[in-house]
Amino acid sequence: MTKAKPFRLGTGAGFSADRLDPAVELVQHGELDAIVFECIGERTLAFGHRDRLANPKAGYNPLFERRLRAVLPLCIKNGTKLITNMGVANPNAAVGKAAEVARDLGLRGCKIGAVAGDDVTDLIGPDTEIDRDGMTVADVGRPMVGANAYLGADAILPALEKDLDVVITGRVADPSLFLAPICHAFDWQDDDWPKLGAGTLVGHLMECAAQVTGGYFADPGIKDVTNLAYVGFPIAEIDEDGSAVITKIERAGGLVNELTVKEQMLYEVHDPCAYVTPDVTADFSQTLIDEIAIDRVRVQAASGTKRPEKLKVTVAFDGGFLAEAGISYAGTGASGRAMLARDILQERMTRLHGCHAPLRFDLIGLNSLHGNAKDIPDDPVEDIRLRASLRASNQEQAQLLLWEVEALLCCGPAGGGGYRGQITPSVITYSAFLDRKQIKPSLEIIES
Amino acid sequence: MSRSVPLRSIAHARAGDKGNRSNVSVFAFSGHHYPMIKAQVTSDRLKQEFPHLLKGRIERFEVDHLHGLNFVMDEALEGGVNESLNLDSHGKSWSFLLLGLTIEIEKS
Repeated sequence: MTKAKPFRLGTGAGFSADRLDPAVELVQHGELDAIVFECIGERTLAFGHRDRLANPKAGYNPLFERRLRAVLPLCIKNGTKLITNMGVANPNAAVGKAAEVARDLGLRGCKIGAVAGDDVTDLIGPDTEIDRDGMTVADVGRPMVGANAYLGADAILPALEKDLDVVITGRVADPSLFLAPICHAFDWQDDDWPKLGAGTLVGHLMECAAQVTGGYFADPGIKDVTNLAYVGFPIAEIDEDGSAVITKIERAGGLVNELTVKEQMLYEVHDPCAYVTPDVTADFSQTLIDEIAIDRVRVQAASGTKRPEKLKVTVAFDGGFLAEAGISYAGTGASGRAMLARDILQERMTRLHGCHAPLRFDLIGLNSLHGNAKDIPDDPVEDIRLRASLRASNQEQAQLLLWEVEALLCCGPAGGGGYRGQITPSVITYSAFLDRKQIKPSLEIIES
Repeated sequence: MSRSVPLRSIAHARAGDKGNRSNVSVFAFSGHHYPMIKAQVTSDRLKQEFPHLLKGRIERFEVDHLHGLNFVMDEALEGGVNESLNLDSHGKSWSFLLLGLTIEIEKS
């Protein structure tokens, strides 16, 4: 009996702002059957809604056109299917743009599909419960920006059955973007839980791109990574039984070993026995991970049980503005001067201006990311940046923080320099759950 | 005979987030050290070491055959990525918070 050829699946992006050159390299040299670009985060999705409300033709990934121009001709030439959630809050507009780009590149007859139906804003009302202390949407007390359900692999399969060149979705669970082409390649049944669990592990390992090939990993002297500046994106060679080899192209930087795969296997996982996606409740707890050659790691024995009846929904609310401003102190006595500046800001923001919005100060260099987890060291650090941050309800309040920090240049402690400030519009998201029967995925196809 | 070593010298870790929940996985570099890490890096110890950061429940999952522990820490991210005023709103740097712990290891 001859063994079926493994299905070769690559990752072209692991987040909305991921690099482009490793994706191009992978499409060029990876001999891929399909490549997945995973580009949605909770924040980017909410901003997609905002962009679309302002302009009905916007709301998809801002890098969409650039990415497509770089990889589409290579995908078509090499017969690599392109699957992406870069449609973000407007997959139908993204499909129109993709057809335009394809025509512009001289690619006629390119079949492009939009998978939508994840936008469930209309199904969310003031009484909808959110996943926090029994609160409802009304209790949040902020304007809702939009709500999206996490679709599963089953939403993408109809597009793959039509043999499209490009499939563009909105919110789909990250591993499902990868599971869909695997299910399609091997004709797995939608209730073959062990195989769906195994395929979900592959998707989970692949969904953050470089995080399995040496990114988010290097710790010089302890965990060294070769040529990290040119870290490659991963390839999975998947067998019909759901086991796979995770690898990369030889010329690319980075590494794939037991350590990178183990770290990524539990990345953003809670109970390794029950990783819930729209497709399956995956079980990673018995996974076997073996280095079979340099930069080749075999993963097998992941499994799964029945999928959940309810789908997770991200509900986004207007979060006002995040104001951040900083000023630096260096040389002898820096920490005392930075702390005085902090106390002045605290006094003026709360007492003089009566600001009660959440306000935070960090002494970068002394005590910032881990806050007061550790005591401030005794030996004086001589290069400290005071960072002030405020979650403001309106732009004027946000501007006030920036003004107060900048004013420290003349009115604050000695030797303060390097003021910078920025204001970022912000969203706040909560989870809700909807019965999967309420959610109806759709497919629209355009030919260039 | 035993001696103290930083966890970073015998284990590696990765941090992730989902909403206001952080998870940090810790894997022993060698199976020899795994039982010592498992015995000493407990949920209770994390609560004791970092009371100001880890305010909620901490659950530990064990993947013995891969020499790994997974800590899931509720209410640990000041509201989560979209709400926190921490520069590192994802808690990406939390792997190195845990790797700074000290472990007593038996001399082999």
